[in-house]
Amino acid sequence: MTELTDLGVAAIRDGVAAGTFTATEVATAFNAAVVQAQDALNAFIVTTPDVALAAAAKVDADRAAGKPLGKMAGVPIGMKDLFATQGVQTTAASKILEGFKPEYESTVSQKLWDAGAGMLGKLNLDQFAMGSSNETSAFGNVVSPWRRPNDTAPLAPGGSSGGSSAAVAARLAPAATGTDTGGSIRQPAAFTGISGIKPTYGRCSRWGVVAFASSLDQAGPMARDVTDCAIMLEAMAGFDPKDSTSLDLPVPDWSAALSSDLRGKKVGIPREYRLDGMDADVARVWDEGIAWLKDAGAEVIDISLPHTKYALPTYYIIAPAEASSNLARYDGVRYGLRDLPQGAGLQDMYAATRAAGFGDEVKRRILIGTYVLSAGFYDAYYTQAQKVRTLIARDFSQAFEQVDVILAPTAPTAAFALGENSDDPLAMYLNDVFSVPASLAGLPAMSVPAGLDRNGLPLGLQVIGKAFDEQGVLNAGLAIEQRAAFTARPTRWW
Amino acid sequence: MSEYRIQGATGEWEVVIGLEVHAQVTSNAKLFSGAATAFGAEPNAQVSLVDAAMPGMLPVPNRECIRQAVRTGMAIDAQINKWSRFDRKNYFYADLPQGYQISQLYHPLVGEGALEIQLDEKDPTSTKTIGIERIHVEQDAGKLMHDQHPTMSYVDLNRSGVALMEIVSRPDMRSPAEAGAYLAKLRQILRYVGSCDGNMDQGSMRADVNVSVRKPGAEFGTRTETKNVNSVRFVMAVVEQEAKRQVALIEDGGTVVQETRLYDPDRNETRSMRSKEDAHDYRYFPDPDLLPLVLDDAFLEECRASLPELPDAKRQRYEAGLGLSPYNAAALTADVETARQFEALLASVAKAAGKGEADVAKRVANWLLSERPGILNAQNIPTDSPKNSIEANTAIVVATEAGTISGSKAKEIFERHLTSDIDLAAEIDSNKQTTDTGAIEAAVDAVLAANADKVEQYKGGKEALFGFFVGQTMKAMQGKGNPQAVNQVLKAKLG
Repeated sequence: MTELTDLGVAAIRDGVAAGTFTATEVATAFNAAVVQAQDALNAFIVTTPDVALAAAAKVDADRAAGKPLGKMAGVPIGMKDLFATQGVQTTAASKILEGFKPEYESTVSQKLWDAGAGMLGKLNLDQFAMGSSNETSAFGNVVSPWRRPNDTAPLAPGGSSGGSSAAVAARLAPAATGTDTGGSIRQPAAFTGISGIKPTYGRCSRWGVVAFASSLDQAGPMARDVTDCAIMLEAMAGFDPKDSTSLDLPVPDWSAALSSDLRGKKVGIPREYRLDGMDADVARVWDEGIAWLKDAGAEVIDISLPHTKYALPTYYIIAPAEASSNLARYDGVRYGLRDLPQGAGLQDMYAATRAAGFGDEVKRRILIGTYVLSAGFYDAYYTQAQKVRTLIARDFSQAFEQVDVILAPTAPTAAFALGENSDDPLAMYLNDVFSVPASLAGLPAMSVPAGLDRNGLPLGLQVIGKAFDEQGVLNAGLAIEQRAAFTARPTRWW
Repeated sequence: MSEYRIQGATGEWEVVIGLEVHAQVTSNAKLFSGAATAFGAEPNAQVSLVDAAMPGMLPVPNRECIRQAVRTGMAIDAQINKWSRFDRKNYFYADLPQGYQISQLYHPLVGEGALEIQLDEKDPTSTKTIGIERIHVEQDAGKLMHDQHPTMSYVDLNRSGVALMEIVSRPDMRSPAEAGAYLAKLRQILRYVGSCDGNMDQGSMRADVNVSVRKPGAEFGTRTETKNVNSVRFVMAVVEQEAKRQVALIEDGGTVVQETRLYDPDRNETRSMRSKEDAHDYRYFPDPDLLPLVLDDAFLEECRASLPELPDAKRQRYEAGLGLSPYNAAALTADVETARQFEALLASVAKAAGKGEADVAKRVANWLLSERPGILNAQNIPTDSPKNSIEANTAIVVATEAGTISGSKAKEIFERHLTSDIDLAAEIDSNKQTTDTGAIEAAVDAVLAANADKVEQYKGGKEALFGFFVGQTMKAMQGKGNPQAVNQVLKAKLG
């Protein structure tokens, strides 16, 4: 029998239900893997083995009692440390929230526990989900389980959901939650050879998720394959009256309707995504993806998304603007860090607390956001960016009159080495170039592993779908998955 | 046109006033959270996770707060915007947990409206229309408490997130009296609509007073804004003091700076809080946690259907339909509670007397406005005393209306009812006045016989003695003689 930690969501759930193994055995195995990898990968900020075991024990007891089991029954998962978890430290990887234990549980995590999942721990991330390499965490960067051949240089697991991607790729968890504001599920999934889907904006409740940019933030699953993503998304999604932007739509049974038969479907290839000087491996894998989708029966059509080149600057105005306001609540008054120098007044306390509590990248974005919302600059930046955002969304809706899904690379390169981009914010921001447009348009988009680059590192392909059409995205993703036959995994060095 | 002028050394000055009124919306829950809103709770007893701005918390609009603001807009004949949006007003303060206030800058819920003020109660032509620019809804902030600890300030978040309507007038007022009348009228309408309790002493309603001065007919001057003024009287005082201050300043060669000021009622003066130079840059932008507010026709219809009769319409109906004097109509409609009591008693009396409301309205109005208050005041009995029941009031007024008892008997019996346990019906019955001419004639004869000297004087031209004879006759009849009948008999006998 394969090791339990090699199993994914569906295999674990079905194995527990069939009595092949117990949920407790599964949780124990993953708890052990987490412990063994923690020093080397730093994927978790806190581990919660007892929480995982308690959830597993309940599933085992329910099964013994003949009670019905949930969609995720017996599956222990990692929880990105952006989701508030009751009684368990929730930090957004920032010093400003160190030691903060919420008295409430986020809607998405509660839904997962209600579906029978257990929590292995809180996963590391870029501070307040701001970053593409996990280097902005106040709790140390995550190290990717992947390495270049004959090279021990630590690589970035992607970001911001870098703890999630590293944990799933390293078999520390069968699946993990992620959040995606401009690519934070898809890019780390691509970097680590796993799958991840950002659903339509509003599918997953934002209630209890530490906010970065409210109009963009969206939770989603990260797992080994498309089927596991579909199952886990079913457990995470659903209308939540506590989130005004939540979609009041039923949650489809995506996993049951999965089909890689794309006959009659049209796939758009956006010409603006084919950049000058594009990485040759990325271009090759993209071409392979086109061939696979044709093989699955789809018709491939060249399309234009003319405002693509404005997506990145637009994103880097809107997201920091919202963040500068969303992060104002971390002021040292009610919870989290308070730095109160001797004799300090209120303004001094704010300054000292926020200077000590926020990392450099967070401060940079607060400054950018404050600037673009300032009197005299608001129209030139924020208003203009909102207009461009509308045009980008219109590009997509026009394209979707012709095609059912769009195929593009997830990221412009494979994983880079830690430190390689960390002194150059703009180079780092460029990592989001392919993922940001779908975020701005609120569309479902997923990354599936498609191949390896010349250094043996994973590359992902991105499928972007129509609003509410997660099924179309998952189906195209499945067609790629079946043809890519991606079986590579990091060699265990930790 | 207001004739109010400030007399300066260089001549007459006109004052220009606009008011921004913050009215707390009457609702059980806050604007974006389910926390309670009652006044006077223990500090931080009414704070939800949303109000405390815990990480990941999100606002969800409270339908009732929106409904109340829409009804208020309808009551001032304002444009209701079916599409509006919430914006964030960003600034740091310890009583503002989110670091921003959710408000509506760019697309308010309610647009242009107006209300009519009357400057002289007795002069129906002394009216003026004051424009209202907009009403938007927003969150209130919490409150700092500086007296709880020697070196620290405490924060009470009970008010944090409570729904406010900001009602912004046009700069259409020209005197302290107009500003006072506007605020009083607005408060009256809010209380009628039920969208704000109007309790200014509890902070449920407060005004920012914008004042500038100019030579009559000249361009607007630079205005100052005096914040959080919490009574009609203080608003009038602020206008007066601020106008005088600005005139003196300008005439001394100075210039008025656009600034925020505070009113000190103890010294009856305003003083500078902060000037425009150090004003905040609030970085307003649409709140991305909230979708635009879109109102459908059914919602608007319900809002309109639920509006009560408003004070102006009610007053007109009291005059035209019930035949009340303008003064009584105004007095009865001044406060929604008075109008409510009047209408309840009117309906009850009309039913009991078997008459139309218009037939008994004057008597009910007089009873409520002049007769009953005197009795209640003299006995120090509150209006809401159970003794002051609608049944007791009805019995008294109906008996008076039917001529069963005299007006003075009515007051006397009601007073005894309030202060002791009497059988009201029996008491009325035993004090029935008589129109029996025989009994009255006998009493009159006795009185005239006993006062032959005064009869002589009367006949000699001292007609003022007539009242004396009436009084003596009534006394002899223990107040039960019908006054009209007594008059008639006396007139006949005295020739």
